[in-house]
Amino acid sequence: MALKLPIFLDNHSTTPVDPRVVEAMLPTFTAEFGNAASRNHAFGWAAEKAVETARGQIAALIGADPKEIVFTSGATESDNLALKGVAHMYRDKGDHIITLQTEHKAVLDSGKALEREGFRVTYLPVQRDGLVDLGDLEAAMGGPNADKTVLVSIMHANNEIGVLQPLAEIGRLCHQRGVIFHTDAVQAAGKVPIDVRSMNVDLMSLSAHKMYGPKGVGALYVRRKNPRVRLVAEMDGGGHERGMRSGTLNVPGIVGFGKAAEIAAAGMVEEAARLTAMRERLKARFLDALPEVYLNGHATERLPGNLNLSFAYVEGESLLMGINDIAVSSGSACTSASLEPSYVLKALGVGDELAHTSIRFGIGRFNTDEEIDYVASRVIQTVTRLREMSPLWEMFQEGIDLKSVQWTGH
Amino acid sequence: MAYSDKVIDHYSNPRNVGALPKDDANVGTGVVGAPECGDVMKLQIKVDESGVIEDAKFKTFGCGSAIASSSLATEWVKGKTVEEALQIRNTDIVRELNLPPIKIHCSVLAEDAIRAALADYQKKQATVAERVSA
Repeated sequence: MALKLPIFLDNHSTTPVDPRVVEAMLPTFTAEFGNAASRNHAFGWAAEKAVETARGQIAALIGADPKEIVFTSGATESDNLALKGVAHMYRDKGDHIITLQTEHKAVLDSGKALEREGFRVTYLPVQRDGLVDLGDLEAAMGGPNADKTVLVSIMHANNEIGVLQPLAEIGRLCHQRGVIFHTDAVQAAGKVPIDVRSMNVDLMSLSAHKMYGPKGVGALYVRRKNPRVRLVAEMDGGGHERGMRSGTLNVPGIVGFGKAAEIAAAGMVEEAARLTAMRERLKARFLDALPEVYLNGHATERLPGNLNLSFAYVEGESLLMGINDIAVSSGSACTSASLEPSYVLKALGVGDELAHTSIRFGIGRFNTDEEIDYVASRVIQTVTRLREMSPLWEMFQEGIDLKSVQWTGH
Repeated sequence: MAYSDKVIDHYSNPRNVGALPKDDANVGTGVVGAPECGDVMKLQIKVDESGVIEDAKFKTFGCGSAIASSSLATEWVKGKTVEEALQIRNTDIVRELNLPPIKIHCSVLAEDAIRAALADYQKKQATVAERVSA
């Protein structure tokens, strides 16, 4: 089969909608277009039934009860609702929240917003491999914060480096202390097994478009028992979703989300094995062909489809420019609006000079071995070409320690 | 971000990539930028007896616009006298390559690299002159 270009290898940013998901969604635009909140006619009943089916499919993916799924517009809303909703509900109980420096901006900036309201937020560092040190977490929950910590928010899989935090251990530590545990599982859900009961998770953010569902729909799992978690709603309105999230339900999106969850659950074991094999194949090709390539994040405690590498002495944006028929992303400052390299890599202790050379490969359901081989060849060829014109590579070859050079920063 | 055709051309077919003997008295070398900022440019010039830049080479670690800016700089300094080369401004590079505002620092770095290479050459020449007069 001929290779189709460009190749999409950026499956952490979003994923294509699975054709089976599109199929499931189609009737909801035309014949079954009702408002799920219309309780007095058949159109409403059909929509409500479709939504409840989806709720069940999503709950099954994470081991929850369907009644614990609250639909939102996406993970950013879910993260905001979890952090602000808990902080505002339990403010009489405590004012301290713990999260990680490597969290998604939706969590970090919700934390910043709460700080402006007077809450205290601890942003824990991570270890060199990207994982949280459980001792640090325990320490942050103890001492003067022992009775003041109301929420821990630690993501399941990181969106840049794909590392998987030890949710079950974190959940156990939280529940021993009566602290609510939220996790942003946007990247992990549908990719690795999740069980909110055994992992002691109280709140979980989910997004459809990261698991081959449509954009614009997400969910927040909110535990109903042991403990029953309560939230202050962020938006006022008709009191949908048990009063936690007002607004007419996005029925097409929700139906697609449900189908995507069902497909992910059914094929997870096979898909994880296949993506892991592709990732290892890609990594091996690079490490065999190129010196000075560094893996960012834990080697095995990571998402099957995630490979984040620094190609030392080659700036990330220039590498992306050279492989313009392949969609990947870089932690280089030049690819962001802020001109700052990745804060996630910084938190791992990766120096800025290596952060500028990082590339994230996100392998997904629809990638093939042929694509992986093509990507490997193109990247190797481009890195080699750019190193030939890199003054840093030249210095490295001459044995000059770049750290000893007096640079003229700007 | 969309790159201009000229940036893509310089990135794909960079002019004058390479190195000149940096210990040669007629060669000036300028290295500007820093790895942690994401751009480092090395620009070298070779000046003939009549004071004209007869050759220029560069190597750049940086984004496509940084590579294009330094590639263009080597093209422009060739055939110019030291004084003429000092007249090249970053705004000329911005205009020629259609750089967007977020990439203006690449052109600034290229101007700095030209100046650093010329300064290095002039310093070497002064040392040679001193040695001769002594």
